[in-house]
Amino acid sequence: MSFTIPKETYTGRIPEIVFGKEKKVFIGGESSLPFLKFEGDFPHKPLIAFEIQDDIPEDYPDELKSVYSSVWDDPVRWAKYCESLGAEAIALRLMSTHPDSKNAKPEESADKVKRILSEINSPLIILGSNHTEKDSEVLPVVADASRGYNCIIGKAQEGNYKTIAASAMAGGHSLIAMSELDVNLAKQLNILITQMGFQKEKLIIDPMCSALGYGFEYTYSVMERIRIAGLIQGDSMLCVPMVADVGFYVWKTKEVQATEEDIPEWGSLHERAVIWEAVTACCFLLSGAELLIMRHPEAIGITKKFIEQLCLS
Amino acid sequence: MLIIGECLSIISKKVREAILKRDKEPIQKIAIEQWKSGAHMIEANIGPAEDDGEKLMEWMVTTIQEAVPLPVSLDTTNPHAMEAGLKVHNNQWGKPLINSTSLDPDRFIMFELSAKYNAPIIALTVGKGGLPRDAEERVEIAVKLMEKAVEYGIPFEDIYLDPLVLQISTSQQQAKEALRAIKLFQELNDPPMKTILGLSNISNGCPKHIRPILNRYFLALLMYEGLSAAIVNPSEVIETIKTIDVIMGKTLYAHSYLEI
Repeated sequence: MSFTIPKETYTGRIPEIVFGKEKKVFIGGESSLPFLKFEGDFPHKPLIAFEIQDDIPEDYPDELKSVYSSVWDDPVRWAKYCESLGAEAIALRLMSTHPDSKNAKPEESADKVKRILSEINSPLIILGSNHTEKDSEVLPVVADASRGYNCIIGKAQEGNYKTIAASAMAGGHSLIAMSELDVNLAKQLNILITQMGFQKEKLIIDPMCSALGYGFEYTYSVMERIRIAGLIQGDSMLCVPMVADVGFYVWKTKEVQATEEDIPEWGSLHERAVIWEAVTACCFLLSGAELLIMRHPEAIGITKKFIEQLCLS
Repeated sequence: MLIIGECLSIISKKVREAILKRDKEPIQKIAIEQWKSGAHMIEANIGPAEDDGEKLMEWMVTTIQEAVPLPVSLDTTNPHAMEAGLKVHNNQWGKPLINSTSLDPDRFIMFELSAKYNAPIIALTVGKGGLPRDAEERVEIAVKLMEKAVEYGIPFEDIYLDPLVLQISTSQQQAKEALRAIKLFQELNDPPMKTILGLSNISNGCPKHIRPILNRYFLALLMYEGLSAAIVNPSEVIETIKTIDVIMGKTLYAHSYLEI
């Protein structure tokens, strides 16, 4: 008797998002669960964006410092350095705008964004500092400054989505909508944003990321449920690409910072730190992320290899 | 659940007048309203249509499909009119539905049309001898209807079993029997048989302001029992359907679930 592989049938298809001006990249477009090419289309490999910040980072541990400290005082140089490392997209986090940091003005951010856009070819993701009120002041200004560059702007949340979504729409950008680890809230936020007239086809869900060992399973299962609701149950509001903001969460953990002297049984700090980010990232690919925002080039290298191998055949 | 809009019926005075004058506008307006309210299919009920039934059904189907991108449920006892409707139906938006056959031999020709046009069909669980008394009698008839379907080569997934609900004002006990029948019908096959019901019949003859209330609550119970399709006034019951879908876990809850 011949064996036929049982196949799941899907009712939904994730919209394809293209971003960038000169150089364009694609995410989404699939009609199957992650990497299950035998069940449906999986047209684009998940994309990894290199994270840079708009000012010298205040909380990068030594393993990141040794990679980026020679370039991080200038975001343009930093972005170009990432391009030289093979970055396909850059994610600029406007950390200095946070009131607890330098509380930088929206106009300063806009200038930096303009400079970066004029100097690099890579598609750009522009992220606020995750401060609800401040982001709603900063992101509209940078969305306007980057008009025509077809960026991804983020993150719109329940408390600030109106101004941010409106400005992303006016600037012609795609938008990351972030809710706090809850599939129902993710759906609700997407309903509210689309009710404003924002195109569903330009939305990206951030279900709120986490790092391995620090609530990782919550993000994983929420992503999994979002993907299943969208593709199998045909829930159109959740049939949307997802981003995992991996680096931001991983590089705060003890495992990427504790020295070998402090905890000798944990082994090499370098290996441990790199693998912590890579493993977190690879797992989120399996739960459905199409876009990863990461920091360490070696971790990105491992994750890319993982993607290549899963996409073989 | 498949929502079939019931409002284009010859019983309605407005619809009847439009049909007589072959006036497309009111027909299309009603079709569009039902589509906007959430209908997946539009019912065209032209009754027995003894005179000129073929032309009439053709006109109804094309008039509806000019206005909305939906399939049509064809409701007539006239087989020629039925066939004429099936012929002109645009299957681009889904297959038409034949409404209906039963265990009355005069209606077996509808099975023939279902097989010929590869169209799903509603099978009323009534025979020639009158209305079934309880759920068990309905099930007996359902089994016979399924045997007939096999004879005509119609797959079970194309059969919608209809227990026929009677007016609550005159046959109160029958509402409960119809509910039980919906549950029992599904057990006749694996995967479960599909079920359907013309909802508003339950409140026929009741005061106008009570009718939507009866319809909505009855539909909630039917959905709990697993009803697969309903012929309804979409705007009247769409909130009930969305809410029961959420309660039954068929759609994911969000605060604005009623708005999408």
